[in-house]
Amino acid sequence: MTEQTPLLGGQVVISKPALQQLFDALRTAGYSLIGPTVREDAIVYDEIAQLTDIPIGWADEQAPGTYRLRRRDDQAHFGFVVGPHSWKRYLSPPSLRLFATRRTGDGFSVETSNDPPPRYAFIGVRACDLVAIAVQDRVFVEGPVQEPHYKARRERAFVLAVNCTEPGGTCFCASMRTGPRCSSGFDLALTELDDAFLCEVGSALGAQMLSAVEWRPAGAFELSRARQAMADALTRMGRGLNTHNLPELLYDNLEHPHWANVAERCLSCANCTMVCPTCFCSDVQETSDLVGETAARVRVWDSCFNREFSYVFGGHLRPNTRARYRQWLTHKLASWTDQYGVLGCVGCGRCITWCPVGIDLTQELAAIRGEGQL
Amino acid sequence: MADAVEIAYFVEARRQVLPGPYDVTLVEGSITTEEEIERIKEVRRQSGLLVTIGACATSGGIQALRNWADVGEFTRTVYASPEYIHTLDRSRPVSDFVPVDFELRGCPISKQQLVDLVTSLLIGRKPSVPEHAVCNECKRHGTVCVMVAQGIPCLGPATQAGCGAICPAYNRGCYGCFGPMELPNPAALGARFIAMGQTARDVSRAFRSFNGYSAAFRAASEQFEKDAIPR
Repeated sequence: MTEQTPLLGGQVVISKPALQQLFDALRTAGYSLIGPTVREDAIVYDEIAQLTDIPIGWADEQAPGTYRLRRRDDQAHFGFVVGPHSWKRYLSPPSLRLFATRRTGDGFSVETSNDPPPRYAFIGVRACDLVAIAVQDRVFVEGPVQEPHYKARRERAFVLAVNCTEPGGTCFCASMRTGPRCSSGFDLALTELDDAFLCEVGSALGAQMLSAVEWRPAGAFELSRARQAMADALTRMGRGLNTHNLPELLYDNLEHPHWANVAERCLSCANCTMVCPTCFCSDVQETSDLVGETAARVRVWDSCFNREFSYVFGGHLRPNTRARYRQWLTHKLASWTDQYGVLGCVGCGRCITWCPVGIDLTQELAAIRGEGQL
Repeated sequence: MADAVEIAYFVEARRQVLPGPYDVTLVEGSITTEEEIERIKEVRRQSGLLVTIGACATSGGIQALRNWADVGEFTRTVYASPEYIHTLDRSRPVSDFVPVDFELRGCPISKQQLVDLVTSLLIGRKPSVPEHAVCNECKRHGTVCVMVAQGIPCLGPATQAGCGAICPAYNRGCYGCFGPMELPNPAALGARFIAMGQTARDVSRAFRSFNGYSAAFRAASEQFEKDAIPR
């Protein structure tokens, strides 16, 4: 155990087994560890306890509409990219009971949960997802209205990030300038080397957690290896998206014939929005018991691909798939900027991989730009 | 609920039958005989709200497979005295004969949806019965897509939610028990199945099951049948 606390912004080296010490320290501090683990033929984010719960020696192969796990020929601890889940599952849960009501005489009482919000430590957050969380912060916390459930979870969360050294087949963070290196928004960030982790300290909390872990200062050789790995990763992106003149391009092409072309292939199934780490739309549903004594208001994930989502008095705003896909892509890559000052796409590639028919937004955008045909 | 609802006609559960008219009528089963056509018209006349429940009533059911075959041949094969069998040549949904106010899909229906419907009617709120794809339920549950991760053909992207996405949670593709979603694209989904290694005949058969005679699945099954290599 080293005596001094590592400096904020400093880089230290920890052995791979020492990551367990960090897990233990986080658990002792009251965190539930949420991290990558193999389940249902994929790498999902779920509760983990031990280093052996993470997908050591696994890789994911991703292409439009397909995802396959494969064994690696090494014991890389983070030798995969992002899967079907994203951290919004924990920060903005797919189903959340907002409050319940009970009939009392001629009125009713409102009951909210007194349970403390969960205290999550997110293990293995990639650069794209750090930016996605920052995007959702703008939506839920930094705007004129704060969403209390998200805010409580977010403020209590610990973030252990991981720099990507092996981008996946549908990754395009380089062109979105969101990765592969984690630049902010983490407590600690790991870069996996062959035999150890380089660990960057991003916050005082991160430094404090490292005090329970065996570490040593990083040497010049390790720093240069990590730099080289990042530089190599930048050149190995599965895809690219040209962001030049982006809002205008889409606003100028709202009647482009290509929207109808996409609509022929699109299933309007909502998978892209559900896996997107920045999509935040929800529906609020009322439930009640049979006799009308108690009722509850529940918030569930919803999607602009669902007709009910755009129902207003008098009708549905987007009756066909052409309108829905155009709304989604135009929101992500244009009007999001007007609303929140940033693009709504971080280049994680989930919507490409998890589209059952493999629709690739980078290609759809290129077609609208007139760059190449499908 | 027992106080709020009087069951007027449910001979499987209660011998007493109360005369109409009725506030709400739940209708199970498809229309397969001349007598049933007259009966459903009378049911409609006697009912404030007519709600069809289940794949048979809403789309014709699995027995609608005969709609693509010769019923006379079936009755001659199965029954010793086929002359006693009086049946229409097709099994059709209730909505082909009378206006229907609301549908509860599924084979079987969801108990939660039925309870929610009755509760909604009692309280006067909108029932929580989604019309979007099953995929929404898989994603909310965190179920990994069996189609993308394992290459299993799944009707979920074309099928209405409501079952709770049971089959994908057990590592199977969706069978489409809840029938077509609000805006299905079975042509694109079927084309993907074929790209994954299925034959056009496989795809035609996949759409032609519990809800095979619903408009969207029927059109898809007939199109893919045309595309199939003849036997």
